[in-house]
Amino acid sequence: MSNLNLQRNGFGQLVLTDDAGQAHEGVVPVRAFAVTAPDDGIALVSVDGRELYWIERLADLPDGPRQLVAEELANREFMPEIHRVRHVSSFATPSRWEVETDRGETSFVLKAEDDIRRLTHHTLLIADSHGVHYLIRDRQALDKGSKRLLDRFL
Amino acid sequence: MTNESTQPTLAQFSAGKLPEAWRGSLSRQIGADETLLAWLELDLDPQLRFAAGLVAVTNRRLLAASDANTWQEWPLSADLALLRRDHAGVGSLEFKNATALICRWRYTLGRDVSAKQVADHFERQVDGLRSGKPVIAPEETLCPVCKTPQTPGQEECPTCAKNVDAPPSTWTLFRLWRFARPYQWQLLSGFLLMLASTAATLVPPYLTMPLMDEVLVPYQNGKPIDEGTVLLLLGGLFGAAMLAWSLGWAKTYILALVSERIGADLRTITYDHLLRLSLEYFGGKRTGDLMSRIGSESDRICVFLSLHLLDFATDVLMIGMTAVILFSINPWLALVTLLPLPFIAWMIHVVRDKLRYGFEQIDRVWSEVTSVLADTIPGIRVVKAFAQERREATRFREANAHNLAVNDRVNKVWSLFSPTVTLMTEIGLLVVWAFGIWQVSRNDITVGVLMAFLAYIGRFYGRLDSMSRIVSVTQKAAAGAKRIFDILDHVSSVPEPTKPVDLPEVKGGITVTDVGFRYGNRGVLRGVDLDIAPGEMIGLVGHSGSGKSTLVNLICRFYDVTEGSIKVDGIDIRSVPVADYRRHIGLVLQEPFLFFGTIAENIAYGKPGATRAEIVAAARAAHAHEFILRLPHGYDSLVGERGQALSGGERQRISIARALLIDPRILILDEATSAVDTETELEIQSALDNLIRGRTTIAIAHRLSTLRKADRLVVMDRGQVVETGQHDDLIERQGAYYRLYTAQTKQLDAIEGRVSEENGDE
Repeated sequence: MSNLNLQRNGFGQLVLTDDAGQAHEGVVPVRAFAVTAPDDGIALVSVDGRELYWIERLADLPDGPRQLVAEELANREFMPEIHRVRHVSSFATPSRWEVETDRGETSFVLKAEDDIRRLTHHTLLIADSHGVHYLIRDRQALDKGSKRLLDRFL
Repeated sequence: MTNESTQPTLAQFSAGKLPEAWRGSLSRQIGADETLLAWLELDLDPQLRFAAGLVAVTNRRLLAASDANTWQEWPLSADLALLRRDHAGVGSLEFKNATALICRWRYTLGRDVSAKQVADHFERQVDGLRSGKPVIAPEETLCPVCKTPQTPGQEECPTCAKNVDAPPSTWTLFRLWRFARPYQWQLLSGFLLMLASTAATLVPPYLTMPLMDEVLVPYQNGKPIDEGTVLLLLGGLFGAAMLAWSLGWAKTYILALVSERIGADLRTITYDHLLRLSLEYFGGKRTGDLMSRIGSESDRICVFLSLHLLDFATDVLMIGMTAVILFSINPWLALVTLLPLPFIAWMIHVVRDKLRYGFEQIDRVWSEVTSVLADTIPGIRVVKAFAQERREATRFREANAHNLAVNDRVNKVWSLFSPTVTLMTEIGLLVVWAFGIWQVSRNDITVGVLMAFLAYIGRFYGRLDSMSRIVSVTQKAAAGAKRIFDILDHVSSVPEPTKPVDLPEVKGGITVTDVGFRYGNRGVLRGVDLDIAPGEMIGLVGHSGSGKSTLVNLICRFYDVTEGSIKVDGIDIRSVPVADYRRHIGLVLQEPFLFFGTIAENIAYGKPGATRAEIVAAARAAHAHEFILRLPHGYDSLVGERGQALSGGERQRISIARALLIDPRILILDEATSAVDTETELEIQSALDNLIRGRTTIAIAHRLSTLRKADRLVVMDRGQVVETGQHDDLIERQGAYYRLYTAQTKQLDAIEGRVSEENGDE
């Protein structure tokens, strides 16, 4: 596919007009590798889940569409990155965690230790009881207190 | 909560629930004749950062605030809409008019229930404006999540109140008392025996005092030995030893017996509980890990109880008694002797924390090692097919290396621990010698007293050394107990009803009302409504991932619905005991699982008391009878793991016979024929026809041709029912079913073309 013709309509939805001139409303950008390579490989997906456009690298897009895609991604994505674990209510699950994230302070309930999943050796993904995923990008880089608390669950 | 209520209803409706922070500010916003209907406390701002906020809907306006002082308001009008969606754990309420988006609010899914309330009330009000009819409040208060009617004033819905997030206590080992209680009398007698035997072991050192002071020292000073006294004392020593031996034997025997029983109870109760947990739990656990929890952890606890705890209790008793004896002989020397004790206790305490943490880690790493095995061995065909033996070996080696590394770290602390305790012991002895000699030189004590002290503390410190071992074993046992209680504390996400309703004779009518289901943060089903008459056969079709199997799992109550309800003959399936309900359901799966055992046992799995005649009848109806007769031992042939190899079609027919035997009112066929070839499918199909007759049947089939007998087809797409009707109607309608059907016939043609080509090659 050649040029990316992307607009935003009054409802705040992205509209992609494809080469055949057909407009697709409510197009959604989806990262193919949400954790390991977030800016490489972004698919624009239609409402009924079909892939309409493949963006090899976000940086390669012209400014206009890139901004729209980035905005929409920022709007949809919610994977708070934990910077510090302040307190855990108990080392046995379920346990309430109070954490500082890149999106502010919050607390969540960890239902079971298995909800902490190892993506790579140092990257962890924690799913809370409501299905929000929290990311710990590098657990070695956490402060000592957080590491100690975290280690009790690993 | 109708509009007629004259008082401002903020208080009556919400006083108990509306958060304090918003109450004052919101009530100032609300006019005297305005009614607050619902609200949503936001926890995210538009940039998806964690922040507070509120959205409220009244009978006139929609209100929103980001803090208590800045309110926005929109009067309700007919062209407004409020849409609720969610993605990746974040819900959003989109507020729009006919032409544009006005505002969008975000929240995490924990608040989805209130968001639904807001959206529902909003819609009802706007509907009222559109139609001009007064808004009628729903007749009964329904729980917003599960639609169960609730009594007024009920704080939370009993069906939904299962999201318990209270952590279990950390005093895990004491919770083992629950398992010890049935044996309390044996335990008490064991304890008394322990007391007596410990006391008996303390007699000999005491006798060294008179032996020294009245026999040996006087002899050195020139007095002859009194044989009678010596014999008496030696007799005392021997008697005490014999007594301690027999009492010690009795106590160890009784307590070991009890602890073995406690361990066995622990195992069976945990396994019992595990089997009751919902499929959701098993989906998230690794088999190897669960096996090690029930097997080796319970064994470790048992060893701890029977050996280590017993020794430790004996030691504590001995130290206590010794301290009393020492003080009664000479308080000063006793004080010096006992001085190192607090110090050692402190050291034990310091090391305890480090070790407990380490041992927990060792446990986890250990189950990681077994998990690698449990992952790889069942998948050995894939491993070999892709020639990844080396990769798997590396994975195991890495897990093992990790295990080693963690062990090394723990051992660093642990290895220092024992020698240090020994050093303390030696130093303690040295102090007693020094202080004792000084006291003897001042004639404060006799040589005999010093000898008795040394004899006592020889044992005494010796016990401290062995007691220090209790730190590690206690921690190991506590870690094991924690992992077992993790299972025991897990509340099934398919809870037994608190007030179970009797399920009368089931006719088999199924009503699915507004069902939503979320798996993790993925919404799998949304707003599914379905009415199935008794005896009707429904074919569920749709792409894979459209929610067919999920709907069937919900109907089987393997999971509980997130929203809405499922009723059988008008009774909510959540109000019926799970086992009672499932008795009426026959399930035939794509991959029939046969347990190790005979064919007869496998057929009678759902009805262990079935007679041979019943089993044969079921097998006949399932067209399994003849091939079973061809097996070497007929119905007594062994199948399952390590048993007779059966083909997919044969196994399927056994599982059909299994379903037939329990004679269920509701039958679920989940891709029952998709794992076999067309010829076998035909055989199975006629077996299935026998099974379906007269039962409410829900069949999922990938091949649409297998659903010809269905009374109605239900087409699902992305978690919603998009079409229902009969094959011909649906084809005529040219909708989703038509597309599926044409796609499949084309595909079939292509496949048949390829097959005939291949056959041609041969």
